[in-house]
Amino acid sequence: MIRVPVPHTVDPATVPDAPLAPPGANGGLLDVFRRRYLLRLLVRKEIQGRYSGSFLGLFWSYVQPAVRFAMYFFVIGGILGLHDEVEVFGVHMFAGIVFVHFFTESFNAGTRSIIKNKALVRKMAMPREMFPVASMLVSAFHVVPGLVILTVACVAVGWTPDLVGVMAGLLGFVICAVLGTALALLFSAANVFFRDFGNVVNTLTIFVTFSVPMIYPYSMVEQRFRDFADYYLLNPLAEVVLLVQRCFWVGTTDDPTETIEHHIPDHLFLIGFGHLAAALVVLVVAQLVFTRLENKFAERL
Amino acid sequence: MSSTESIVVRGVSKRFTMRYHRTLKQMTVALVKGQDLSDTFLALDDVSFTVEQGESIGLMGLNGSGKSTLLKLINGVMRPDEGEVLTRGRIAGLIATGAGFHPQLTGRENIYLNAAILGMSEAETNRKFDDIIEFADIGKFLDTPVGAYSSGMFSRLGFAVAVHTDSDIFLVDEVLAVGDKPFKRKCLARMEEIRKDGRTLFYVSHAAGSVKRMCDRVLVLENGRLGFDGPVKEGIRYLKYDDDGDDVSSENEQDDDENDSELGAEI
Repeated sequence: MIRVPVPHTVDPATVPDAPLAPPGANGGLLDVFRRRYLLRLLVRKEIQGRYSGSFLGLFWSYVQPAVRFAMYFFVIGGILGLHDEVEVFGVHMFAGIVFVHFFTESFNAGTRSIIKNKALVRKMAMPREMFPVASMLVSAFHVVPGLVILTVACVAVGWTPDLVGVMAGLLGFVICAVLGTALALLFSAANVFFRDFGNVVNTLTIFVTFSVPMIYPYSMVEQRFRDFADYYLLNPLAEVVLLVQRCFWVGTTDDPTETIEHHIPDHLFLIGFGHLAAALVVLVVAQLVFTRLENKFAERL
Repeated sequence: MSSTESIVVRGVSKRFTMRYHRTLKQMTVALVKGQDLSDTFLALDDVSFTVEQGESIGLMGLNGSGKSTLLKLINGVMRPDEGEVLTRGRIAGLIATGAGFHPQLTGRENIYLNAAILGMSEAETNRKFDDIIEFADIGKFLDTPVGAYSSGMFSRLGFAVAVHTDSDIFLVDEVLAVGDKPFKRKCLARMEEIRKDGRTLFYVSHAAGSVKRMCDRVLVLENGRLGFDGPVKEGIRYLKYDDDGDDVSSENEQDDDENDSELGAEI
């Protein structure tokens, strides 16, 4: 090794007023929220990308939930006869569908987000947490059409909203968002190393539809499972669905007090906050794992 | 005196793992046959050097000697397995001839996205937008997805965005290999400005002529180890790139570039 010093005089005015630090982003999720402009661009890019080259554009995001609603409404409600067992079954079910779909979309799209953006990940230094978070926000954006349809349906059948219900709905949304982000973070990093994880997530999301009380009422679970119904509520998505049903569905029934008594579990909020706390723990763990795996992203993509 | 280092690389090593067998089936077969499941490769081996603010460094070496890996570590896209890399201030530049562009997005959208990643605000990008497209000279393709761009247009656009960022450290990785002559000249002129501004320039190139013109110090990598760190002339001699070096330096700028690219292509 030959080392010959080369004289160089530094103009002090050109030295940036910043400390020597490892290059690149090291702040994890905090950096994501510090750089909101970049996040906004990524979200906008994703939304535009999804409808680019389509004639109906954003209208599709209304068509899909509407069709999904109609399918379940006629097949489960009509053919399987849930209309007779559950009052205003349409709202009971659709409230769940909108939020479950938000979660599965965040999870699915988030898991694929790093791979999809590999052109950027490989060459630009930036907080990579941006991508799963952006996917979650895009999915959140697509909750809006579902909520519009849901609200219209609620008003049409006669809805008396109440404050406690709205709080329950918000709590449900926040649990979905936090848990969706946490799992997206975890699986997007794992997916870089083994593409199998994308398929694992796809398979997992199939279970979600049937493991939550939307195409059947919670009272049925209580009846059939008895004491095991408590374990059923360990599923965060089941709790989310009950929270949003408390928000939308309860107010559309003839006798809300009677509905809560009969169809909504006790300690709904306590269980909800428990799930929120658990989701936050998962988020912290996901961030730690992500930071570890992130070091190898550029060479593995 | 307060510290004036711009880039500090201390005992840096980077090891890549090469996976031979990725599916379960392949891995089982390999295990039965007693083959290795993976192999590692030391891309950088205990590299140390310090760059002061405003120095312009030419990083040279044969293909596969670890130049791009070192650039990625300095840029922050990769992290070292051992040792540490420290930098001061904002970093901009190009890695491996092209910027990180999204193939489905148009040139315009990519300019905004790329600028945002480099740390520019919306107002800053708006202000510099016209300069950027003028420099990139992509004309009516501005609203075409960059996936359809020619390789020259692609790297022109990348260089244009990077060069308009107010960075303290500017990294250039063989952009000139794909550009045509007028664009090369424009790039070199721009890099000259960057150098005069007292920004740190880190230039990867095979072209002895432009390194001579642009840099005041040369680092030579050999199989992942730092082989030479010193003045430009000696560095090029060390690499034996100066076989026709005297001709290169005596010729005018245009032919200079011509020779460079040929030299780069040969080696």
